[in-house]
Amino acid sequence: MNERFDAIVVGAGPAGTSAALTLARGGWKVLQIERGEYPGSKNVQGAILYADSLQKLIPNFREEAPLERHLVEQRLWVLDDRSYIGSTYRSPVSNDAEPDRYTILRAQFDKWFAKKAQEAGVLLICETTVLDLLREGERVVGVRTDREEGEVYADVVILADGVNSVLARKAGIRPELGAGEVALGVKEVLFYPQESLEDRFGIQGDEGVAIEMVGKITGGMVGTAFLYTNKESLAVGIGCLLSDFRREKVPPYVLLARLKEHPALRPLLRDGEMKEYTAHLIPEGGYKAIPKLSGDGWLIVGDAGMFVNSVHREGSNLAMETGRIAAETVIELKQAGEPFTERNLHRYRQRLDQSFVMKDLRKYQHVHEVLDQNRHFLTTYPELVNRAAETLLRVDGVDKRSKEKEVVRSFRKHRSYRGLFSDAVKLWRAFR
Amino acid sequence: MSEVEEKLYQNRYRLDAGHPHIRIRDPEVCQARCTEKSCAACCPAGCYTLGPEGDITLLTDGCLECGTCRIICSEFRNVDWEYPRGGFGILFKFG
Repeated sequence: MNERFDAIVVGAGPAGTSAALTLARGGWKVLQIERGEYPGSKNVQGAILYADSLQKLIPNFREEAPLERHLVEQRLWVLDDRSYIGSTYRSPVSNDAEPDRYTILRAQFDKWFAKKAQEAGVLLICETTVLDLLREGERVVGVRTDREEGEVYADVVILADGVNSVLARKAGIRPELGAGEVALGVKEVLFYPQESLEDRFGIQGDEGVAIEMVGKITGGMVGTAFLYTNKESLAVGIGCLLSDFRREKVPPYVLLARLKEHPALRPLLRDGEMKEYTAHLIPEGGYKAIPKLSGDGWLIVGDAGMFVNSVHREGSNLAMETGRIAAETVIELKQAGEPFTERNLHRYRQRLDQSFVMKDLRKYQHVHEVLDQNRHFLTTYPELVNRAAETLLRVDGVDKRSKEKEVVRSFRKHRSYRGLFSDAVKLWRAFR
Repeated sequence: MSEVEEKLYQNRYRLDAGHPHIRIRDPEVCQARCTEKSCAACCPAGCYTLGPEGDITLLTDGCLECGTCRIICSEFRNVDWEYPRGGFGILFKFG
């Protein structure tokens, strides 16, 4: 492989493929390198795909992408040990509008997406692990792979090698991840006859449901759980900060087993045939964890650049957005005849600052600290609101005013008026 | 079969026999100096087992390549972690 390319993209997830596709359409000679057997074979997500960022690249993706179901119903559950209290938003997609979110299976979606990049002219090489960046002085000039004579050169290298980004760490671009900056998520995919699955959730055709869960199911750890409907399968998973897993010493699969046994989930999941068990890290450090994003001859995109909005559970769309914007930045520079120096590539960061990517990450930069320092949000409140619901709804001869007083008393007992007030202020500040 | 082994049994792997992609740098450190032994609790594939003598055994066959063990071993940095060779390791069917 002693060929020279205009660009090398490391990784064939949503970020890398968005970058590669954009570059190829710009007339660039692009090499994309993937370590898995096929694109998607190393990738894990819940998974919900938001249409917007993909639509910018492939406007008619709905006609050909392997989509599972479009979401018509989203539930949020706050779980106690046995009960839950929650909200549901359900709205059919009207005829003149197109759905904006879908469940997908990443192994299939990523394969399709990478194919689109190949059709645009990208040369994709799978089963090849990139070991190092090649440098001339400070400037990145290519990569070294685990193939024989596996050194390849290019004018610019885009790192899209995921949350663990071995390359970024080896090259000193990014420090080792801290256990407080990543969540560990584990997930099972359970299969059902399609009709049985649709009956359980009151859906038909391509309609789907997503349930997000918080509360005592994470055992006081900062985290969430989810249940998503695919065409013929359910994805059920739970993720918590790795620092919390370390402190609590709960094996992740034990936590997942507990979730599946919760009285709220057990009937929905019964008789499923488990066909895959996965685990993956999610960068949750937010705005403050974003590393230096470019330097002489390189840019970093997607999870490798820590682009995840953990509050809104968005990641693959930020990956696509950052991949596309990185590619557009280098295309513009080349058109202007400017070299890919650290100084010029800084325009990538400037463009991101103007996009929803950085605006959203900046908005929620304090959420994790607030949750981390106020564990009662994760344990005490879920319990209190569930008990309050039970107290208010139970008809047992006690008058309603006394019931209301009892609810207020239970809140005051666990959190004083002062505590309740300061909690409200903290939450408002974190999310405003 | 343990609970986690039963789960992993459903997964598809291409094993790179004789080339484990993760190694414990110095087993003595795990046994004698590390008191936390978080790897044995936190690895989602149960690749690390704690022996009766406080020793840690690593078997990478079921590895899901998540990176947990490398990151939580922050006190001693005793985990030598690479991706498997191209094409080997876990191959997700659904992801």
